[in-house]
Amino acid sequence: MEEAVIELDELRKTFVVRRRAGRLKRTRHEVHAVESISFTVPRGEMVGYIGPNGAGKSTTIKMLTGILTPSGGRVRVAGLDPSRERTALAQRIGVVFGQRTTLWWDLPLRDSYQLMRRMYRIEEPRFRKNLDRCVDLLDLGALLDVPVRQLSLGQRMRGDIAAALLHDPEVLYLDEPTIGLDVISKAKVREFLHDLNAERGTTVLLTTHDLTDIEQLCKRVMVIDHGRLVYDGDLGGLHAIGESERTLVVDFERELPPVSVDGARTVRTEGPRQWLAFPAGASAAPVVTALAERYPLVDLSVREPDIEDVIARMYAGA
Amino acid sequence: MRLYALVAAGGFRRYATYRIATAAGVFTNTVFGFILAYTFIALWDERPGLGGYDQSQALTFVWTGQCLIAAAALFGGGFSDELQSRISTGDIAIDLYRPVDLQLWYLAQDLGRAALQLIGRGAVPLAAGALAFDLALPASPLRWLVFLLSVALGCVVSFALRYLVGLSAFWLLDATGVNMFSTMLSMFFSGMLLPLTVFPGTFGEIAQRLPWSALLQVPADVLLGRHEGVGLLAALGFQAAWALVLLALGRAVQAVATRRVVVQGG
Repeated sequence: MEEAVIELDELRKTFVVRRRAGRLKRTRHEVHAVESISFTVPRGEMVGYIGPNGAGKSTTIKMLTGILTPSGGRVRVAGLDPSRERTALAQRIGVVFGQRTTLWWDLPLRDSYQLMRRMYRIEEPRFRKNLDRCVDLLDLGALLDVPVRQLSLGQRMRGDIAAALLHDPEVLYLDEPTIGLDVISKAKVREFLHDLNAERGTTVLLTTHDLTDIEQLCKRVMVIDHGRLVYDGDLGGLHAIGESERTLVVDFERELPPVSVDGARTVRTEGPRQWLAFPAGASAAPVVTALAERYPLVDLSVREPDIEDVIARMYAGA
Repeated sequence: MRLYALVAAGGFRRYATYRIATAAGVFTNTVFGFILAYTFIALWDERPGLGGYDQSQALTFVWTGQCLIAAAALFGGGFSDELQSRISTGDIAIDLYRPVDLQLWYLAQDLGRAALQLIGRGAVPLAAGALAFDLALPASPLRWLVFLLSVALGCVVSFALRYLVGLSAFWLLDATGVNMFSTMLSMFFSGMLLPLTVFPGTFGEIAQRLPWSALLQVPADVLLGRHEGVGLLAALGFQAAWALVLLALGRAVQAVATRRVVVQGG
């Protein structure tokens, strides 16, 4: 068994919310943001942590950084208890909140990095080396003297990712690192994260709404909903559980009534084109053979399942 | 410690980037100073020696107030508004996970700002006042140095008060009321509108012992030479004591806030 860097054991977080009930009365409600979550992440793994809004993702990350104290259960990151040893832990983790910035708004990017150097007590040679590397890979050279408020969202995000890595964290939490970015910026960020994980062995926990992030970066994915872990495994397994289907898009010579073949069902027709769904785990070959024997085929293509639908179906089932 | 020096320098430079705002502030302070100065002249003509000041001392008090208005944040606000908005948007999460002390971080930043504003927004109005009126400014460099020390202590007290105001956002969804109340207290009890020694009896006594008097009343009296020897030490001690008490209170509140309260937003 590989060494676990992140360990959660029946972790819980309950918030007490007071609501107005009449003129002066307030009633107390308990909100279970995280209900008994357990998982471990071994060193060097890159894990996707996904779920709908309000599922408890950010609350989990806040407990993993130590800024929220769990209501119950146990949590260890790099062998430390986050909320009790927050400052010691901060030296060993990096955090990027996509919707927030750690950079100094009114001052040039460079100044924020100097601040990081002091904050994390990074020795000069190591700081130089890490900064040069990030500047090079994240294309920050021309931006170092620009005040942060003048950066575009994509530039700022790259600046933030660099800021989180200057002290060589063992663990990196990324909360929506590609939110609001254009396709090119997204690709840059993904490539950088991939290399970071592959070359430096940094353990990464990635929260995202963009499932392409997960598909391209993570072998393992955890799905959280209503504060519970509802799936933990690889992407393929998620497809199986979500009963996800692949789609065969078939063009016939002419308009036909919905065709019927074993192992697939027609879900849509539009002129001579029909869409046939079949289980994601099954082979397309027998379906194609059967179709070709009985109908005048012109063209066909296979569409992979949309993972968003898979998760939506999981939520619907849960 | 070098980290906080860097943070203070950042606070200084951050405000230095807004030159037009600084110029506008200088202009406003100077105009406001003239209005108050003529009001005080009318008042002291009618009641010479009011509050123990002669007219020239009273005018010095006015211009010292204009000099410190931005540095000691006599109107409140500044970083506390920023802290409140960081709390309500959840950005405070970023401040909390870093290996730094939240209170020292903001203190350093605010002292950097105060230093810039003492130079940028304080010196010019005071000079303008000195040119236009007959002020009782000291000749002794030592007195000026002690004045600067007293101003520094006043800025720490001002910070500590506003830190508490800022932290209130952990409990209040809308801190507007608290902000207005604190601005009012600060304007009045710092002595900015009228020196606190003008108020008679117990009310005057109490007003002079409240923390806000450390912001302007005490530094102004130090500049005017109304505290000497042991009295001077007592005056500085008064400021230092409030600074310590309020910083400690801020720490306690911060500990409760970060332990109990929800960090808002995803």
